[in-house]
Amino acid sequence: MSSFRVSGRGRVDHTQPIQFTFDGKKIKGFKGDTVASALLANGIHLMGRSFKYHRPRGAVTAGSEEPNALVGTRRGPGRFEPNTRATVQEIWDGLQVNSQNRYPSLSFDIGAINDKAYMLFSAGFYYKTFMWPKSFWDKVYEPFIRAAAGLGVSPTEPDPDHYASRYLHTDVLIIGAGPAGLAAALSAARAGSRVTLVDENPEAGGSLLSEPSAQIEDMPAWDWVGKTVAELKELGVKLMTRTTAIGYYHQNMVGLCEKLTDHLASPDGETPRERMWRVRAKQVVLAQGALEKPLVFDGNDRPGVMLAGSAQTYLNRYGVRVGDKAVILTSHDSAWYAAFDLADAGTTIAAIVDTRAEPNADLVAEATKRGIRIMAGHTVTGTEGRLRVKSVRVNPVTGSSVGAPEVIGCDCLLMSGGWTPSLHLFSHTKGTLAWDEERQTFLPDHKAEECEIAGAGRGLWGIEAVLNDGAAMGAAAVKSLGKDIAPASYTVANDRPGTGVSHKELPTDLDAGKARAFVDYQNDVTAKDLRLAVREGMRSIEHVKRYTTNGMATDQGKMSNINGLNIASDALGVPQPKVGLTTFRPPYTPTTFGAFCGYHKGSHFEVTRKTPIDSWAEENGAAYEPVSLWRRAWYFPKDGEDMHAAVDRECRATRASVGIFDASTLGKIEVVGPDAVEFMNRMYTNPWTKLAPGRARYGLLLGDDGFIRDDGVIGRLADDRFHVTTTTGGAARVLNMMEDYLQTEWPDLDVWLTSTTEQWATIALNGPNARKVLEPFVEGQDMSDEAFPHMSVSECRVGGFPARLFRISFTGEVGFEVNVPAHAGRALWEMLYEAGKKYDICPYGTETMHVLRAEKGYIIVGQDTDGTVTPHDAGLSWAIGKMKPDFVGKRGLARPDLVAEGRKQLIGLLTEDGKTKLEEGAQIVLDPNQPKPMKMVGHVTSSYHSDAAGRPIAMALLEDGFNRMGETIYIPMPDRVIKAQVTGTVFYDPEGARLKL
Amino acid sequence: MLLIHCPYCNQTLPEAEFTYAGEAHIARPADPSSVSDEEWRDFLFIRTNVKGPHYERWRHFHGCGRYFNAVRDTVSDRFLITYKTDDPRPELSKLLEKSK
Ligand SMILES: [Zn+2]
Repeated sequence: MSSFRVSGRGRVDHTQPIQFTFDGKKIKGFKGDTVASALLANGIHLMGRSFKYHRPRGAVTAGSEEPNALVGTRRGPGRFEPNTRATVQEIWDGLQVNSQNRYPSLSFDIGAINDKAYMLFSAGFYYKTFMWPKSFWDKVYEPFIRAAAGLGVSPTEPDPDHYASRYLHTDVLIIGAGPAGLAAALSAARAGSRVTLVDENPEAGGSLLSEPSAQIEDMPAWDWVGKTVAELKELGVKLMTRTTAIGYYHQNMVGLCEKLTDHLASPDGETPRERMWRVRAKQVVLAQGALEKPLVFDGNDRPGVMLAGSAQTYLNRYGVRVGDKAVILTSHDSAWYAAFDLADAGTTIAAIVDTRAEPNADLVAEATKRGIRIMAGHTVTGTEGRLRVKSVRVNPVTGSSVGAPEVIGCDCLLMSGGWTPSLHLFSHTKGTLAWDEERQTFLPDHKAEECEIAGAGRGLWGIEAVLNDGAAMGAAAVKSLGKDIAPASYTVANDRPGTGVSHKELPTDLDAGKARAFVDYQNDVTAKDLRLAVREGMRSIEHVKRYTTNGMATDQGKMSNINGLNIASDALGVPQPKVGLTTFRPPYTPTTFGAFCGYHKGSHFEVTRKTPIDSWAEENGAAYEPVSLWRRAWYFPKDGEDMHAAVDRECRATRASVGIFDASTLGKIEVVGPDAVEFMNRMYTNPWTKLAPGRARYGLLLGDDGFIRDDGVIGRLADDRFHVTTTTGGAARVLNMMEDYLQTEWPDLDVWLTSTTEQWATIALNGPNARKVLEPFVEGQDMSDEAFPHMSVSECRVGGFPARLFRISFTGEVGFEVNVPAHAGRALWEMLYEAGKKYDICPYGTETMHVLRAEKGYIIVGQDTDGTVTPHDAGLSWAIGKMKPDFVGKRGLARPDLVAEGRKQLIGLLTEDGKTKLEEGAQIVLDPNQPKPMKMVGHVTSSYHSDAAGRPIAMALLEDGFNRMGETIYIPMPDRVIKAQVTGTVFYDPEGARLKL
Repeated sequence: MLLIHCPYCNQTLPEAEFTYAGEAHIARPADPSSVSDEEWRDFLFIRTNVKGPHYERWRHFHGCGRYFNAVRDTVSDRFLITYKTDDPRPELSKLLEKSK
């Protein structure tokens, strides 16, 4: 293969070549490679263009914190993912990878003009440049910015993959399977606890995978990892790889996103792409290690500039040298070891530039042994190279003075600014951090959850220290579960302990104002931007962050936070802990919407409630409308009828003979008990004491504020039993409200409340022939007007089924509602429909129901009322039991605002031309010629074409409406002003003659 | 997701089984007709809106269906106690002591 692949090195399988494409070009790698490691093995560093300036960028890391190497990955139609980190995506045969945010090609990108115009794009440019004029924002600036700046393009096709979710309960959840996590898992599992160990990588080992030369317990590090994983499995530990802990929530609930198929060439089609786990752990051990910091200097973003630890990972884990000639720039000992490993693998180390004047003597000796040039007390002030670094500018630093530069040729620059403990998840818990002056970083302080932090997350460094800390923290975690175990003690040979110092941007002999020294690579934020933000008055780190967008990219500032803080702290002249840190929020790394949705998509997104008669409606061509979670038959179009024609026909047929309607969605609540009548008296406005068993009444429910909440017909079946009906959408709300008052205000009342909505199928028959259709099926109830008058209820049999039969009307015609057990609903419907054919029975839907009720002025709560309407406003004062000492809402009705004059009241409207149908929701004004904004005095609540009235009718809430009868009001529409006359709300049969048999 | 202890079921269960039901210990006046407009306004609308320990109601909606009371810290989102509706209002100082 290429000269950058080190034969036999790394954990990739050199016997299994894999071919994928990058921007259409065929690339070869090995099984175990990531996209980034395979590209680097082929000498390719240029992997993307930056967000704002379109600067050429390469991978700067080897892990999930990668800010630069974002690519699009594709697996056939629909399976496209933008912004995938090339450093994480494993390769497989046939994988299609494309670079992003470039046109026409990655190496020649027109958008790079932004880079020349960088002065324009300085901190706060959104706020400054585009303030004026407003129209320029919409037409010029925003489209330009959107086109020029950005990440990958969103997929446009539906995602054909499926996603899963599961719950998991465990004693100890350990996050991170590096040395600390493995040692913690051993302690906890050996103590007999149920342990779950997760890691975002494809295999356990963490940093040990990059340190093969270490000897743990006289065993090569990789052998120790293998042995440990085997023992953990033996002990029953659940080891989950490719699994990212995305968020740490209350009471030790941790969200895990497990990737199952993204690394496979041919997924089986059965396995979900990703699975979201909601883990409830008794104890959590955070062993997430530390992330290496870049150093901040001019040109620190050029392809080939990379973190030293990542270069070490590419070499040891993937068998890839990231270059032939490297310069090391470091403020931490760790980068020296990377240099040694690379030197031993054949890369020329042109120099180790250490910002410290006196680096560790042992390291200096090791370097000298290898013939490496050491430049202690030096800094880098610039890099050269268009698409790849070709040289670096190195200067000596004495105190605050920067000496003359020397240009050193190279093809990669490996930097280390020290290590930041990865405490994102710890921060999710609102655990507090404390500034550690010695390590110049934040460390965990006060814990808010049952957790331990182990290893590098606590600022420890070196394999031995981390292993021993992991073992101790694993033991500490199980101790609180009542299990005692002495933590194992580890000895490590060839360990690589070390220390370092922390920097703001590095000093320079050039104009610092022109330096392109990046702090946040992904959002293209430079040190200069941060200082500008402080100069322009930002004081809080939260303001600096938002003004510059530092740390606001999809990597959440994993690499930029501390560098940004150091620079802001310096600019403000305030120590770091006083400046503070911005908040980390879930998810830890970008997570797909699919993983969050899980099974909840398509028809599983929300239930569709169907009545027992729904299947008949479907077979008979009903059009449906959603009503809360129900789907209800809206109308039954015949032979190409439109809705208007169908509804007119259904209305006509019902008023002329008989219509049949599925009312099963009505809410039903059984109110039972010795105190049932007292409870009803207190809940509803109406008086119930004198309502005899066998009679029914319209019930009105208010809130204690006096406003209408719900209504429905209520039948008294026995002294101690009521059949309450509610609106379709209000059923659950009404039952909640009843339970609340019953349980907490009147616990002395002996009453039981039971929802029976789904137990009863309800069929409404309305029209002059309704009784003729129904009567032959009724057993046990005399159907004469005398024995069963309007507003009656009876427990009898209908069609052989036990039934609750109401004589009520929501249409103004003679009406019945038959409740039978749900299973009998469709059978009875079909019987009645067959028998009704000789009367031209007409099935109708909710639209006809709405028209018929509106013709009679019957309100629909929630349509003609909106939570600010009193019974008086709605013309329902008659429904109030004025003699009752109290009911819910009675005191509310006496509130000053509710008895004031000029409230909005429900009235009827007839358009002047007798043809125009108003729009529901349209606003009403008294004077159409007044200047805008006009004073709006009400709105249309219901509006239909009425076949019975022969014209459109409407209801509206209108200020002082009752006193405006006969007046003309105006409804301004976009194209014209409509005139209408204020009327009563009953448009048909005002005497109610048609209710009689 | 929080875990909440239902004092009626005597079990600690996931938040998804419960619904929030507003501030606790706001009794509906026994004789509403005798209270002033201001008192009725306070009963309807005026809430303490505390930052810190908050006496509030929850309902074990997808369980036993009972309303119960709780003290929850609105800053940390932590429950200090849950108790039955007819139990007396627990003293805050004792709860805070216990939670330490
Ligand atoms: Zn319960």
